[in-house]
Amino acid sequence: MPPETAAPSVPAPPAAARPAVAPPAAPAGTRPSPGADELAGLDALQTERTRRTPGAEVLRTKVAPPLVALLFALLLWQLLVAVLGPRPDVVPGPLDVARQVAVLLSDGTVLGALGTSLWRGVSGFLIAVAVATPLGLLVAQWQGLRNAVGPLISGLQVLPSVAWVPAAIIWFGLSDATVYFVVLMGAVPSIVNGMLAGVDQIPPQLRRAGHVLGASGWTMASRVVLPAALPGYVAGLKQGWAFSWRSLMGAELIAIGGSIGFGLGSLLAQGRTVSNMAVVMVAVLAILAVGILVELLFFNPVERRLLRGRGLLGHRS
Amino acid sequence: MTAIRLEGLSKSFGPVDGPVLEDVDLTVERGQFVALLGASGCGKSTLLNIVAGLEEPTGGSVTVPAEGAALMFQDAALFPWLSARRNVELALELRGMPRAERPERARELLELVRLAQAGDKRPHELSGGMRQRVALARALAQDREVLLMDEPFSALDAITRDLLHEELLRIWRATGRTIVFITHNVGEAVRLGQRVLLMSSRPGRIVQEWDTRPWKDPDAYGFEGNAQSLDDTLGELTRTITARLREEISRHAA
Repeated sequence: MPPETAAPSVPAPPAAARPAVAPPAAPAGTRPSPGADELAGLDALQTERTRRTPGAEVLRTKVAPPLVALLFALLLWQLLVAVLGPRPDVVPGPLDVARQVAVLLSDGTVLGALGTSLWRGVSGFLIAVAVATPLGLLVAQWQGLRNAVGPLISGLQVLPSVAWVPAAIIWFGLSDATVYFVVLMGAVPSIVNGMLAGVDQIPPQLRRAGHVLGASGWTMASRVVLPAALPGYVAGLKQGWAFSWRSLMGAELIAIGGSIGFGLGSLLAQGRTVSNMAVVMVAVLAILAVGILVELLFFNPVERRLLRGRGLLGHRS
Repeated sequence: MTAIRLEGLSKSFGPVDGPVLEDVDLTVERGQFVALLGASGCGKSTLLNIVAGLEEPTGGSVTVPAEGAALMFQDAALFPWLSARRNVELALELRGMPRAERPERARELLELVRLAQAGDKRPHELSGGMRQRVALARALAQDREVLLMDEPFSALDAITRDLLHEELLRIWRATGRTIVFITHNVGEAVRLGQRVLLMSSRPGRIVQEWDTRPWKDPDAYGFEGNAQSLDDTLGELTRTITARLREEISRHAA
């Protein structure tokens, strides 16, 4: 009997079979939104969720280790000085240096030198940016010019800019112009090279896409080439700043007197002249601190933001 | 109304190499969906680049709408520094649309490709299929009569590709564009194209054409209503074309 109660289900097959045949008869147009849900589901499945690293983790993994390392180095230094007991004017301990910092801070020497150097470094760097950016664009876009001056620019990047100091002194005397000249010779090639690298690394299909969309000449440069070259350009800026700062210190160390103001390099030279190692250490630490702080507070955030926005930075780093 | 007309088109890159394209004749009517099918190296992309105006033919004539054609690539080629919306807006800007009208139009286009929610995302935050849909929205933003597509789905997984076929057909019906779609996938060509053109390789020329419309819409063409489903009939056509394609490829064995 059960088989016969099951029998009424025989008319069912047409109904069951119909959907299998029906889809071709019901083309996409009849359903208001075919595939909309599937597509939304697929989108959700295929999109990664980006996770921001929580502040505590940043503190633990990024901030704490270098601070601990620094503290450890200072302790080791102090320990060595305490154990070996060298002459404090030859090998001062961290505490001697700290005392010297206090002295130089109270009479305004360090802050004055820091201010002078920082002002020169930053303004020299900005002039270098203003000179190198159009130059870099010109060289990047004009192949003939590139062939002509490309090797020279690479070469200039290798040449230590301190090598320009004697020439600068002969031309400009002991004036600020000498310092700026050396800074420019240090920074401009780096920034131009960064721009060239940035332009070279633009994926060809982005230019093609720009071309197809109707970009040409100015619109191509401003809407496609420049933004696409930005990561390389910023890397060049970062290196340009480092070269500015180094060149500046070299120039200040060598060219002293005349109308040149008193910078950190001058402080370094003064420390050497009076054989006061603590002063030399203070100057070195100040130079180092500026380098680290500018990198940490300015270039790193800018660069990371840029790369993250383009998906060039892993979520974890 | 003719959208594209190619007459005796040929292209060779150098005197030593043989011609890439030889004596290609093709007429595409407005609103048609043409699938251009061929093995690798048959000059499909060259043909498309010539129609798009990216390359010059060495012989024959090309007639395309004066405004040019929109072109979609195998990879989305979105600008990675711009959000999906800004990518579309840039296309609108480059076509000369006033600033005030762009956001609204970009929103409409993203809605058309069902990505209204993802407008603020950068390309790297989107899946491959979503990126191609943004690229499609960007190509549509150009507002050109002809849309050329160069294997746009070949890098996608099968599930995504399947859904995007439906989407593309829907969008084609909604916008009435003329589409020339390059592919090396016979199933894709048959499913999407009203006309499937088979190209030979070295030199590239169009060797055979199939009209899929009677197969897809038997009633309109007075075919006897048959028991076969659409998948079956198209499957048959796909097999026929595949056989012809293989025959064409094996010519090169010797």
